[in-house]
Amino acid sequence: MSGLLLVLLVALIFVVLYQVSRSSELVASIQGEDLFDKKRNKLLGFSMLILFATLMIGFYACHKYMMPLMGPAAASDHGEQYDFMFMVTLIVTGIVFLLTQFLLFWFAFKYQRDENRKPLFFSHSNKLEMIWTTVPALAMAVLVAIGLKSWFQMTGDAPKGAMQIEIVGKQFNWISRYPGADGVLGKRYFTNINDKDNVLGQDWKDKANMDDIIVQNGELRLIKGKPVELIIGSRDVIHDVGLSHFRMKMDAVPGITTRLWFTPTVTTTEMKAKTGNEEFVYEISCDQMCGKGHYSMRAVVVVETQAEHDAWMAKQQSYYVQNHPDEFPAAKPVEAPADSAKKITMK
Amino acid sequence: MSNEATLHQHEVHTHHSDHGHDDHGHHDHHEHKQHFFSKYVFSMDHKIISRQFLVTGIFWAIVGGLMSVLFRLQLGYPGESFKVLSYFLGDWAPGGIIDPEMYYGLITIHGTVLVFFVLTAGLSGTFSNFLIPLQIGARDMASPFLNMLSYWFFAVAGLVMFASLFVSTGPASGGWTTYPPLSALKEASMGSGIGMDLWLISMALFVVSSLLGGLNYIVTILNMRTTGMSMTRMPLTIWAFLFTAILGVLSFPVLLSAAVLLLMDRHAGTSFYLSEIYIAGKALPNVGGSPILYQHLFWFLGHPEVYIIMLPAMGMASEILSTHSRKPIFGYLAMILSLIGITVLAFLVWAHHMFVTGMSPFLGGVFVLLTLLIAIPSAVKVFNWLTTIFKGNIRFTVPMLFAIGFVSLFISGGLTGLFLGNSALDIHLHDTYFVIAHFHIVMGISAFFGMFAGVYHWFPKMYGRFMNNTMGYIHFFITFIGSYVIFWPMHYEGVSGMPRRYYDFSSWESFNQFGDLNKMISVAAIIVFFAQLLFVFNYFVSVWKGKKVTDPNPWKANSLEWTTPILPGHGNWDGEIPEVHRWAYDYKDDGNGNDFIPQTVPLKDGEEAH
Repeated sequence: MSGLLLVLLVALIFVVLYQVSRSSELVASIQGEDLFDKKRNKLLGFSMLILFATLMIGFYACHKYMMPLMGPAAASDHGEQYDFMFMVTLIVTGIVFLLTQFLLFWFAFKYQRDENRKPLFFSHSNKLEMIWTTVPALAMAVLVAIGLKSWFQMTGDAPKGAMQIEIVGKQFNWISRYPGADGVLGKRYFTNINDKDNVLGQDWKDKANMDDIIVQNGELRLIKGKPVELIIGSRDVIHDVGLSHFRMKMDAVPGITTRLWFTPTVTTTEMKAKTGNEEFVYEISCDQMCGKGHYSMRAVVVVETQAEHDAWMAKQQSYYVQNHPDEFPAAKPVEAPADSAKKITMK
Repeated sequence: MSNEATLHQHEVHTHHSDHGHDDHGHHDHHEHKQHFFSKYVFSMDHKIISRQFLVTGIFWAIVGGLMSVLFRLQLGYPGESFKVLSYFLGDWAPGGIIDPEMYYGLITIHGTVLVFFVLTAGLSGTFSNFLIPLQIGARDMASPFLNMLSYWFFAVAGLVMFASLFVSTGPASGGWTTYPPLSALKEASMGSGIGMDLWLISMALFVVSSLLGGLNYIVTILNMRTTGMSMTRMPLTIWAFLFTAILGVLSFPVLLSAAVLLLMDRHAGTSFYLSEIYIAGKALPNVGGSPILYQHLFWFLGHPEVYIIMLPAMGMASEILSTHSRKPIFGYLAMILSLIGITVLAFLVWAHHMFVTGMSPFLGGVFVLLTLLIAIPSAVKVFNWLTTIFKGNIRFTVPMLFAIGFVSLFISGGLTGLFLGNSALDIHLHDTYFVIAHFHIVMGISAFFGMFAGVYHWFPKMYGRFMNNTMGYIHFFITFIGSYVIFWPMHYEGVSGMPRRYYDFSSWESFNQFGDLNKMISVAAIIVFFAQLLFVFNYFVSVWKGKKVTDPNPWKANSLEWTTPILPGHGNWDGEIPEVHRWAYDYKDDGNGNDFIPQTVPLKDGEEAH
């Protein structure tokens, strides 16, 4: 019922607007079309200035409102480089934006219809066109140069000694795997997967798998100041490891292994203090449409100190041991001693 | 079959008894009454076909727009119950809360129909059809029959898409890009069931429509120009339609192949896009395919598609800015060269949509370079438009306002492309709201502004009546301000990393601070949607009730379409097709107190051609 009323209301508004518009046409024909047109043209010319002012005030208000809500500054070394490059691009495009928008609305206002002024017949000027072909070309050259430098660095090989963690997407959560004491991620293949006791399809013939640690909620434990290389995979459809705080992102593609690396620079605890938000967590968002639960495909990243990391690692049990308790009658909940965890990460 | 011969076969007598003047085409043929079906339904007259494209485009724009209102309700008010949702979505919105599957279905179909049905068919289908013969001086398209087929393939593509909304597993729901494996496996999502098949079939039909149309446009422009209409005298609209058609003809077949391979992966057990997948509790037999292959094929069309949408809008904006500023377009040749530049580069930048797929960094570098090159012809165009209105004598007609709005939005949306095209920045911004803001402003809203400008400008030629001005102005101001209100803040959300295609952000620590903003955006989107209905209302009321056109050249423009009768019949010109003696932009004193010289006026003694 209320829906019907709404439709009627909208229809009524349209009809009223139409009648008002019709009457303005009648006024025009009474006043004389030309006079009416001229008056209206003047008004609309003035409205160009108002429109420009509205835009600028709007942009300013939006900026004022949004800035306190923005995520914190980058928490990785790539991210710091990223933020710098973003600022350079913002300044270049910002200047062009303000200049061209101003000229557009200013010209529209300034050169509105005026019977006493003849429009200038100005059909081309090689000089002007050369200028505004060359200047953007040079600006682009600068942006491309800065961009490619960062791009090749970000996508280049991870530095030696980076810790490796595998992260695998599935509908609709992440699974992470740490290499364990040997520092090697064992082989895995999709036909071995079963959700009961082999979520990643590890090949148990590969001894490197025996000490691999799997965290089923996809939590990543990273060490401040230590480069980390993520080995990324997917079990089903394409997902994407989105690390917005670190300004990194990479697709997880079934059948293909992708990688990304970065060095975290701020621990979670430090970030809580920095943002004044006790609830702060680094989050992994899935950034590639993956189905019904796409929006809920979340995992947490913890950036901690080496000591904290070692303590955490010491408490972990390998996935194999967890699932084959009978083979390890004496298996203690603590598999790897703290110093061996250190060894992996130092490798 | 030649153009003239076709016309003999499809003799027309256009009855416009209500117009009170004689405006049917081709007096020298015998006249007989044409059946309603052959005149309005299976018509071969390019002007009727163009109106068919436009009205169908309007239908799809309403459907697509309504979908965005529905999913914006969820985004602005997650988890709140709305009667309107259960009214439109029924069981897909239990308790008035939209189901995530249907939410994803809506965003998918919203994107698909707006990109393909509205901004491709509705834009270039309408105006290429309407303006090419009228502006180059031809009686109709090279093949009116193919032209008719082009529309009907489009109509059927639309029907199939529409039907997919009503199947029990819902429409395709993998996003408008429909990446496999999500779109290939029915286990992956409900929308990947029959809905996805219908989506692919609809797209295949649409590709056929687009090819038939495109080939026709190219052949007509190259072969059927009237005496004196050399290529360098054509209005920029025609240049734009020519390159649009070339882009479409060269890239749409690739989408067709992508769709066929995907259909085979879905039903014939092939593994073009599938490899090493474990889903729904079992490992699939497919190995060796690559989902990335699909992305290459898709974006090989997908990127040129952006320019298929933009170029007609650019062409029409050029024409309209010049006419209503009473000044020649600035840098006609540079405008053509930049169109050529954009067309060539459009084919060389597709992989910038794939920077985070794990592609070779070197390849990524090449695509960065080529992508940012497009900024140069785009900048040239903007500066030329600015110089066109510089020292003009501007009439703020409704089409002129929309053309100015087009330039403003094109600048705003174009500049953010410099962020996304630069791979190092794209890594973070990819698939966030920054992308949503960028492409909605530049190829959504700004292309729509070009289209609106075109509709308001050529409506008098289409229907012999004007659209209502006051409503046009209201439409402009609400849409212009509203679009910025909707999309500008999304840049900030994107810079904060807020991902696109999320149903609900409330459980995310990193993104839930934007809740109030999302509400505001949703409210603005609803207002802007209703402002578009105002346009539709104005359009249809004006078709029958609008102020009649009394002057065959109401905008005092130079191009050929204004030399036809107010309502041209089949064949366009009553007598001979006029000859052309000059370019379309001689907006200068003609010596008799007029500030324009139509293309049909011979050069005066001592007058130099442009």
